[in-house]
Amino acid sequence: MSQGVGVVGLYVRDQDEALKFYVDKLGFRVHTDSRNGDYRWLTVQHPEQPSFQLGLYAPGPPVLDAATAQTLREIVAKGAMPPLVLVVDDCRAAYKTMHAAGVEFTQEPVTRYGSTDASFRDPSGNGWKMVEARKVPS
Amino acid sequence: MKEQTSQDPELLRRLLRAKDRMDVASHEDWPVERLARVSRVSKAHFARSFKDAFGVPPHRYLLTRRIERAKTLLRDTELSITDIAFQTGWKSLGTFGRIFRDITAESPGQLRVREKAASHELDRVPACFLSAAHRPDLKFAVLEKRRREAKVKNKATK
Repeated sequence: MSQGVGVVGLYVRDQDEALKFYVDKLGFRVHTDSRNGDYRWLTVQHPEQPSFQLGLYAPGPPVLDAATAQTLREIVAKGAMPPLVLVVDDCRAAYKTMHAAGVEFTQEPVTRYGSTDASFRDPSGNGWKMVEARKVPS
Repeated sequence: MKEQTSQDPELLRRLLRAKDRMDVASHEDWPVERLARVSRVSKAHFARSFKDAFGVPPHRYLLTRRIERAKTLLRDTELSITDIAFQTGWKSLGTFGRIFRDITAESPGQLRVREKAASHELDRVPACFLSAAHRPDLKFAVLEKRRREAKVKNKATK
């Protein structure tokens, strides 16, 4: 693939904390971690999805003024950012591993509509739905 | 309208935890003490800051979630209305029906008939987001709504 969406980012309250969460608990890899003064461009990647990076950004200067950054931190902490979906082969197995690693689940795996899903949040408050990849009917 | 004041993100994150707990178990009882414990704040502080953060008091939020779940069950299952009332956390069928009508302006039975008649092509949307889309929009308390309606009625008869 040479065209398409390359990076989509999240706002997080603390980039070190977010990095630990996405790498140590979710199994993502660091793609880019580069600093320029106070600014830190940090992206991670799912090990099976090399064409896509998930950005982990802290709202603040020099990109945003202090008041806007504060508003964004509040919005993230209220869980009001758009929903995120993580696709896995086996939702219950992934739940077991992630739960043991200390991920905050907001919904245990439930099987409905022919698939299994669960929900969790990152430390900042970003909400993820974890769904099982739909099996192709044989 | 009261101006929205800024809230501590760390507190908001803990309030979100209480909201998440209601979301996943709206059929359970959620007295303020229990919610405050989840958020690790005092009772008084919890009720006020929850409303500031999410726009509705915690109990009213819980009601919307229960009605939402009831609507889903009416639409997607063949469960009896009594079963749905108890499964979604009401202690009596009467209370369920009354609050359901207050919020949705129709009875559970009417909603079921209407929803079953309409065809949906929503199987590509994850269930949780569908459920959010069907969430009733409670602008004021059910009691307040009844009070307002009574006022209008009284005026009309005077």
